[in-house]
Amino acid sequence: MKVVVLGATGGMGRAVSRRLAERGDRLFLLGIDAKELERSAADLTLRGKDRDPVGFAECDLEDPACFEQALSLADAHLGGFDTVIVTAALFGTGERLEEDTVFAHRLLVANFANTIAFCELARKRLLSRGGGTLCVFSSVAGDRGRKPVFIYGASKAGLSTYLEGLDHRFRSEGLVTVCVKPGFVKTQMTAGLKPPPFAGEPDQVAALVVRAIDKGTPVVYAPRAWALVMFVIRALPRFIMRKVGF
Amino acid sequence: MAPLTRSTQPPGLCGWGRTHLPGAEIRGENLARLSEGRPLSRGLGRSYGDASLLASPDAVAVNTTLADRLLSFDESTGLLRAEAGLCLAELNRLFLPRLWFTPVTPGTKFVTLGGMVASDVHGKNHHVSGTFGRHVESLLVRTGRGVVVECSRTEHPDLFFATLGGMGLTGHILEVSVRMVRIPSTWMVSETHRVESLDELLALLDEKGKTWPYTAAWADTVTRGKGRGRGILFLGRWAEPHEAPPEVSKGGLSIPMPFDLPSGLLNRFTIRVFNELVYRSHFGKTRRKVVSPDQVFYPLDWVRNWNRAYGSRGVTQHQSVVNKATGREALLEMMGVLEKFGAASFLTVIKDCGEQGEGLLSFPKPGISLALDVPMLDRSKEMIHELNEIVLRHSGRIYLTKDGMTTPEDFRKMDDRIDAFLEVKRRWDPDFEFRSAQSARLFGIGG
Repeated sequence: MKVVVLGATGGMGRAVSRRLAERGDRLFLLGIDAKELERSAADLTLRGKDRDPVGFAECDLEDPACFEQALSLADAHLGGFDTVIVTAALFGTGERLEEDTVFAHRLLVANFANTIAFCELARKRLLSRGGGTLCVFSSVAGDRGRKPVFIYGASKAGLSTYLEGLDHRFRSEGLVTVCVKPGFVKTQMTAGLKPPPFAGEPDQVAALVVRAIDKGTPVVYAPRAWALVMFVIRALPRFIMRKVGF
Repeated sequence: MAPLTRSTQPPGLCGWGRTHLPGAEIRGENLARLSEGRPLSRGLGRSYGDASLLASPDAVAVNTTLADRLLSFDESTGLLRAEAGLCLAELNRLFLPRLWFTPVTPGTKFVTLGGMVASDVHGKNHHVSGTFGRHVESLLVRTGRGVVVECSRTEHPDLFFATLGGMGLTGHILEVSVRMVRIPSTWMVSETHRVESLDELLALLDEKGKTWPYTAAWADTVTRGKGRGRGILFLGRWAEPHEAPPEVSKGGLSIPMPFDLPSGLLNRFTIRVFNELVYRSHFGKTRRKVVSPDQVFYPLDWVRNWNRAYGSRGVTQHQSVVNKATGREALLEMMGVLEKFGAASFLTVIKDCGEQGEGLLSFPKPGISLALDVPMLDRSKEMIHELNEIVLRHSGRIYLTKDGMTTPEDFRKMDDRIDAFLEVKRRWDPDFEFRSAQSARLFGIGG
């Protein structure tokens, strides 16, 4: 595969990229920080099966004006990519988002509007050459309106709905959409938060994600236990959701 | 504050021997940012005692395990640069198939590069290859007042030598450059010898060390009478291509121990039975096999949390290096002390040490290293003190990475390098930012 990863320097994006590099997939990294990108590219090159040099370019999810150029650079480096993975997103605790409306707005724009704008540009490129895979990290937080994550969750709910529709609309044309819904995963994003039961490790998630990409699974919960947890939570009546704290 | 040793799921941080103290840790990918204002870095928490625990309950340690990127590797020289949280198991997994190996490995692969530097670890090849630090070329360290410094044997050598084996007390180790070694195959030739007495065991260890790069001995220190000190000598070397199977060797299976066994399950009686079984299960005098490196280096790693076998009370390990000439007497005296306290060493490992490491606090020096694994007792501290008196009589010293109970007085008597170390530490850490529970115990406030 020839893969573009937006958000490969850290967390689950790092873990997924490592698995792909090790089995010989070619990679191009997009992210905010040039220095971090360079270090991750070095790491992935050294882990790569064929030591194929991993390329990178700066791309800020908060700046949609840079998307087109970033994807062009990826296309040029890889000679036409066939897979796009998006793990980048903004995150804030419920407390912070309820307090700081400016930040909440930034987060909603980045995680919803800009992520979709990026996906749309990637989709057009993939469809123009007969399809490919678009794998985007949403969240279990988007499955149900919940007290501690209602703003972050709303951004992810919108994204999940978009991804589902995209999959219905274009699968027959060769574009496979994979929506990843991680539960709590112990990454830098969640450092400082108290891990709940079923908290996962980035590499555990990465294994599931790579398999979902290979098989074209439209929705993947990771770690797996979260599929069951969210099945129950989605089924809970409103009056119960209103009482519980999660 | 005295370490608590008797609790179930403690809030706070835990050493490998289950010593726990209040405090928290934070994980992150960017060590330079994360380490700001933090007193200590810790990796996988494999040091037994309080070396990776915090001196004050409200402090937060930096957990380095997410900072694990390879940064560069030179195929012609073997020089590797990586972030300090890289796990040795991962390094082995990536580099073994490419015929490169770490120059020195401790007895577990679940350690980080940063931890290997901070402990200046040694392995079965100490008598020929020295400590890990000997193969480290340079380090990136965040010292006091946020100053990030690259140090090596030529650049800020004082900081470099104090950081090798410096238990993280000179600052946060951010990146490590180490020279890997070429191996002829991914397999090893292992030879084991069953030996009937301690004298024979020590003599054979000495003799075989002249031709074998990897040596260590297990001694039965519980059986009474004639069998006391009998044991098995483990030898290893890399297999030449013609001796090795064609495929790449695989790491062993690793299963977790899902719960604590009851404390006290490992007692004098069961330990004696275990030692008897180990000894008896070695059929014949000499056995030679081609095996995977994991079987040679990490025999205990197949049970992931084997420390849970000691129960929630935990284990204390006492590892010392003593004069070679009187090593036998030292071990016999130590066995006497264990007996007096009603204790027994589940696993006793003997290893001959080569040259002293360059690190100002590096543990090994020429002599014989004795490691005793003893289930925690109410009077462990007293027992450790008596063991340390034996170490002192045999002009030895202890390994800080294993220690949680040595008194500052005993420690000071063992090591005349402490003042030199503290002087360098003060130079790079003038505000005493970097502290662990161990440093507070051994060096007091100024450490």
